[in-house]
Amino acid sequence: MVNIDNEYILTEITNQFGDKVYRSYEPYGLLTIEFDKNNIKDLLSFLYNHQELQMQFLTDVCGTHYPDVKGKEIGVIYHIHSLINNVRLRVKCYMPIENPSIDSATFLFSSANWQERETFDFYGVNFVGHPNLKRILNADEMDYFPMRKEYPLEDGTRTDKDDSYFGR
Amino acid sequence: MIESLELNTKSKDEDYNILNLGPTHPATHGVFQNILKMDGEIIHDATSTIGYIHRAFEKIAEHRPFYQITPLTDRLNYCSSPINNMGWHMTVEKLLGVETPKRVDYMRVIIMELARIADHLVCNAVIGVDTGALTGFTYMFQWREKIYDIYEQVCGARLTTNIGRIGGLERDFTPECIRLIREFLNDFPKYFDEFAGLLERNRIFMDRIINVGPISAERALNYGFTGPNLRAAGVDYDVRVMNPYSSYQDFDFTIPLGTQGDTYDRFMVRQYEIRESLKIITQALENLPEGKFFADVPDFFLPPKQEVYNNMEALIFHFKIIMGEATVPVGEVYHSVEGGNGELGFYMVSDGGRAPYRLHFRRPCFIAYQAYPEMIKGSMLSDAILTMSSMNIIAGELDA
Repeated sequence: MVNIDNEYILTEITNQFGDKVYRSYEPYGLLTIEFDKNNIKDLLSFLYNHQELQMQFLTDVCGTHYPDVKGKEIGVIYHIHSLINNVRLRVKCYMPIENPSIDSATFLFSSANWQERETFDFYGVNFVGHPNLKRILNADEMDYFPMRKEYPLEDGTRTDKDDSYFGR
Repeated sequence: MIESLELNTKSKDEDYNILNLGPTHPATHGVFQNILKMDGEIIHDATSTIGYIHRAFEKIAEHRPFYQITPLTDRLNYCSSPINNMGWHMTVEKLLGVETPKRVDYMRVIIMELARIADHLVCNAVIGVDTGALTGFTYMFQWREKIYDIYEQVCGARLTTNIGRIGGLERDFTPECIRLIREFLNDFPKYFDEFAGLLERNRIFMDRIINVGPISAERALNYGFTGPNLRAAGVDYDVRVMNPYSSYQDFDFTIPLGTQGDTYDRFMVRQYEIRESLKIITQALENLPEGKFFADVPDFFLPPKQEVYNNMEALIFHFKIIMGEATVPVGEVYHSVEGGNGELGFYMVSDGGRAPYRLHFRRPCFIAYQAYPEMIKGSMLSDAILTMSSMNIIAGELDA
């Protein structure tokens, strides 16, 4: 029985994927890796089928938007959990805002279905291979992706409110 | 289930009836729309439409100081708001690296377990209503009200509680509050046993809900089920045990498990969890440590009003908190708590600003509800209603 800790997971992943792991760090003890978005399918199935790790529970999928990081504006973040070993892993994939697309995780996790739809709805990420990629929480006829940073919380044309005192 | 599907498969699409169940159907408790493809009374296919009460909480949260996000979490699973509030406070405390005193942990555990009881009571009582047994519902709502009386003593609110602060609770338990909790612990089990006696081994009730809406452990895991729904299928994953927070490791309790993952198992898992929660509250109350009811985080924990009026330092901190000018570390944090119906996670990215750069709620309902079409395929319409109420899907959490 090997001791499954962050170091072990990272070694296993780097042994398999090498330079596809761009960066790794441990904020608050949770191993986080930045990974090549073109190989996300391989990574997820590798972790799923790994004899020791058995990371078979997809906790969460969500998006982020960093307008200032050129070429890597949109991020998709996966939280994967191994219920057997009780270790978590956070995987981040970044992609350019012009054409944000990444392979869908639905081939492995049924739970990815709606979470990816939500990410598409909010950030416009195109999940290739998703069976039914359309908006889920917002109205179908909406023509922008509201969680991107350029969209203000409220209608920007309002003049009756001055929020500058509150730093908004 | 698969056999019954094949038996009833008709060749042409026009042989089916389309039924709109919802969005405001009185039998679905909340705003849920399901478009059902019916073959007589058998459901052949279903599509869920969600988002009717989407309020863009994640976007709003990016524009609010940390303490103002607590009221947003209230409105996720509004049957157990205190758990959401505590989960959020603990997320921020994790980001700040705050160590809370034991007393705070125990007080939080008491409140969270009361919330769990209230949540499960509503769910189980409603399963009774959907099978035609209204008595238990009215009986148990009385006890939910008593739990709300306790919340009222702790924080002044009842439903959307906004309970506690970052770093602790806004005030210590009053003697009246302790009295109410003791009274609840003393009186409730007797009435709860009566409720259990009405339903748990009731032949009619059992025949009605056993084997309704089952899901296997494998499928449940694949669908990302957590909480009682997953445990009913036989997987012993509970965040309270797996990753203890708020000193849950100090308490002695068991995790009830089902085997079949059907409506009866979900009902029974909740019934037993209520009993376990009572055990936890009793232990926490007996061993409630002395000490402060807040941690030392003047940047986030509001000073008492008396001091704000008389003490310069307190006044400064009061202003800093209210205006949201406290400094936070840059970083990202994921924290999860065992909510009323599963793992409620908070993923927060902080850029050191006054509001989170990104906040994502991992809502157990949202993730579990996508299995609903698969669970009701091949069953009767009335079973679909039961399956939904036994999954304890809360619209507020579903749509965020």
